[in-house]
Amino acid sequence: MIPPASLRSVEMRGITKRFPGVTANDGVDFTAAPGEIHALLGENGAGKSTLMKILYGFYAPDAGEIRVHGTHKVWRSPGDALRAGLGMVFQQFMLVPSLSVVQNVLLALPPRGWRLDERAAASRLAAEAARYGMAVHPRAQVWQLGVGEQQRVEILKLLARGAGILILDEPTAVLTPQEAHSLFATLRRLADEGRTVIVITHKLSEVMAVSDRVTVLRAGRVVGTIPTARTSLWDLARMMVGRESFDLQDRAPVPPGPVVLEIRHLWADGDRGRDALRDVSLDVRAGEIVGVAGVAGNGQRELAEVVAGLRRPTRGRICIAGSTLAGADPRAAIRAGLGHVPEDRLGTGVAPHLSVADNLVLKRYREAAFGRGPRLDRAAVNEAARGLIEAYGIQTPSPDAPAGALSGGNLQRLILAREISAHPQALVAFHPTRGLDIAATEAVHRALLDQRPRGTGVLLISEDLDEVLQLSDRVAVLCGGRVMAVARPGDVTVEQIGLLMGGAREALSGTTA
Amino acid sequence: MSPAAVAVLAAAVRAGTPVLFATLGEIFAERSGVLNLGVEGMMLVGALAGFVTTVRTGHPWLGLLAAAAAGAALSLVHAVLSISLRANQIASGLALTIFGTGLSASLGRSYIGVPAAGFQPFPLPGLGDIPILGPMLFRQDALVYLSYALVAAAWYALYRTRWGLELRAVGERPEAADAMGVDVARVRYGCVAIGGVLAGVGGAYLSTAYTSMWIENMTAGRGWIAVALVIFATWDPLRAVLGAYLFGGVNALQLYLQASGTGLPVYLLLMAPYVFTMVVLVIATRGTVRRRLGTPAALSLSYSRDGG
Repeated sequence: MIPPASLRSVEMRGITKRFPGVTANDGVDFTAAPGEIHALLGENGAGKSTLMKILYGFYAPDAGEIRVHGTHKVWRSPGDALRAGLGMVFQQFMLVPSLSVVQNVLLALPPRGWRLDERAAASRLAAEAARYGMAVHPRAQVWQLGVGEQQRVEILKLLARGAGILILDEPTAVLTPQEAHSLFATLRRLADEGRTVIVITHKLSEVMAVSDRVTVLRAGRVVGTIPTARTSLWDLARMMVGRESFDLQDRAPVPPGPVVLEIRHLWADGDRGRDALRDVSLDVRAGEIVGVAGVAGNGQRELAEVVAGLRRPTRGRICIAGSTLAGADPRAAIRAGLGHVPEDRLGTGVAPHLSVADNLVLKRYREAAFGRGPRLDRAAVNEAARGLIEAYGIQTPSPDAPAGALSGGNLQRLILAREISAHPQALVAFHPTRGLDIAATEAVHRALLDQRPRGTGVLLISEDLDEVLQLSDRVAVLCGGRVMAVARPGDVTVEQIGLLMGGAREALSGTTA
Repeated sequence: MSPAAVAVLAAAVRAGTPVLFATLGEIFAERSGVLNLGVEGMMLVGALAGFVTTVRTGHPWLGLLAAAAAGAALSLVHAVLSISLRANQIASGLALTIFGTGLSASLGRSYIGVPAAGFQPFPLPGLGDIPILGPMLFRQDALVYLSYALVAAAWYALYRTRWGLELRAVGERPEAADAMGVDVARVRYGCVAIGGVLAGVGGAYLSTAYTSMWIENMTAGRGWIAVALVIFATWDPLRAVLGAYLFGGVNALQLYLQASGTGLPVYLLLMAPYVFTMVVLVIATRGTVRRRLGTPAALSLSYSRDGG
């Protein structure tokens, strides 16, 4: 089923790329054809992103050649690839946060004179947006947008540029099921128009749902390329992992204890305007996981920030284990017994230039165990760190390595180790598994489930609906800053949750929990 | 308004102009993500090059070109170190200032006390006759008029041209600009060079228009004031005008007080513009700095694809 040479839009032969200490790609062959959605499947670290960054001119390969529409290409920069009709949506969006949506689109358009024509770019953007049914605010600044909308801007930007070969790196990692669904519909349309769509993913169900062909990478090598119709979830899992994948362990019922996190009539403003949270009330009991589901940008970030003491509520109050928090004071929240796994691991979760060991004790270095007076007992710090590294399986060259050098999964293990080892009464986890591979996701899920018998109340805010339904004892749905409903996962269907996320409160009439 | 007050205002514009040039230049460098603390050094070298060329050729415009070239040459040292070799920008900039100070002092020794025929003020027809504003703004020399045009041009270039958009993107998120095909290094080299040219011009203003003589270390910290005013201006050319003329105003005022003999210690008066700049900086930017308003996100960070 390899398309004949005349039909290949992308052809990579024998691509090898080495980084210090690791061979990311080892003699990789990859082809894609116009009109197809080609999934590039593999676990984190399998070399998918590296391969595509080579195709997009971000990295130069150490060996191998690239052909685009049959012509041999050597990129000096992504600009060359862009001019040849390629476009890539990176996992970390390549948008300038302080510029408006239109200005970001302008940056992508081929130079036409030296004057900026924002009006022309805005109408171009509006045309593309209407054509593909992707809603965006052209005048908004990018930093004000939720991730779903930022992704739409990224895609529209490349379409406005006229990209015929689109590469998307883990595009659904940040999307709700509904958003992912509409993204897939958009991708299908783009393929039907004769474009080549390459989707990097580690989600098997996505491959099955959306792709025409799939190439599986493992440890930098190609395991195989097959038409999706001729394979199954199980075959792909085996190819990707090299072993059978494991399901989550069953969860023992834990009788819920007293309320450890009490949110009452909470109102808060968002970055983009007033009243991002409207009269939110929610209880989390000891030993209970309460999930918060919702479409990106419906108040989740504000809720997490207010609870963590990072954003001042305009009305209402929060009680953690009985102590009421006033205003925005993260330290008071910590003292009251709150653990926080933030959305932005590298920026908010750790101090990237400090060592793994220092980051592990970052919340506890004031304790007597770590030194007297102003002196810090390095030996005690290192010993505690070594214990946590071991217990949480954090893969790091040494406790002294900078935290910023860890992979996403290990960074999250570090943050969980630190937060849980502080014995919190309540734990807020915001997108705890975004962008993580299967193994790291399992580890995070297990760590969250382990909080139940320990008597910690967990507030799990996530846009991954499967995750919320899988882990939570109760699920609250946020829409437009309001709690639409609170239900037990067993009592509702995914469709009902989806409707609630879209604001249709009547979807659940009669059900309470 | 009394003639004395109008004279002080006119002097304020003159005293603010060299700082304005340098501030505009540094705004470009910093907007592209390169912090250049060598402004003081580039101004001094520009001042000397402009003065020497004016004396030798008798043409202050040639002096201006020489000053621009000298400032640009020095700034390219910083560009090579901080952009291509990814050296620490603070260290490289400081070194540039020390180098420029020493170089201008040693090369300029024989020019101390030499007179030069520099830029002379001339009224702009019509505009010069407007009451108060006329004598204040439009009976100045050609370089002051040039600075007016430059402010408008800088604003236009930053906000209304594709190049301006690219350079702002480079200073905010170089990787995003790179992914869109913008040559990050080239944009940064260009902006640092603009910074050098304008610092050199600012220096030449001091030695060929403001005083028409060469004095060792004659910038007296104006380069540092420019670096501070960039923050005051929140990297915006229009606000830079305000900052530069405020500095110039206090400078003019203290000169006036010196001349009219108030009995205040001279050193206290000489200090006033700098203290004033500091105080204004603290007050005016209390809110903006805390929220990092306007600060280019990638300021003083070097960029390479493999590194990040």
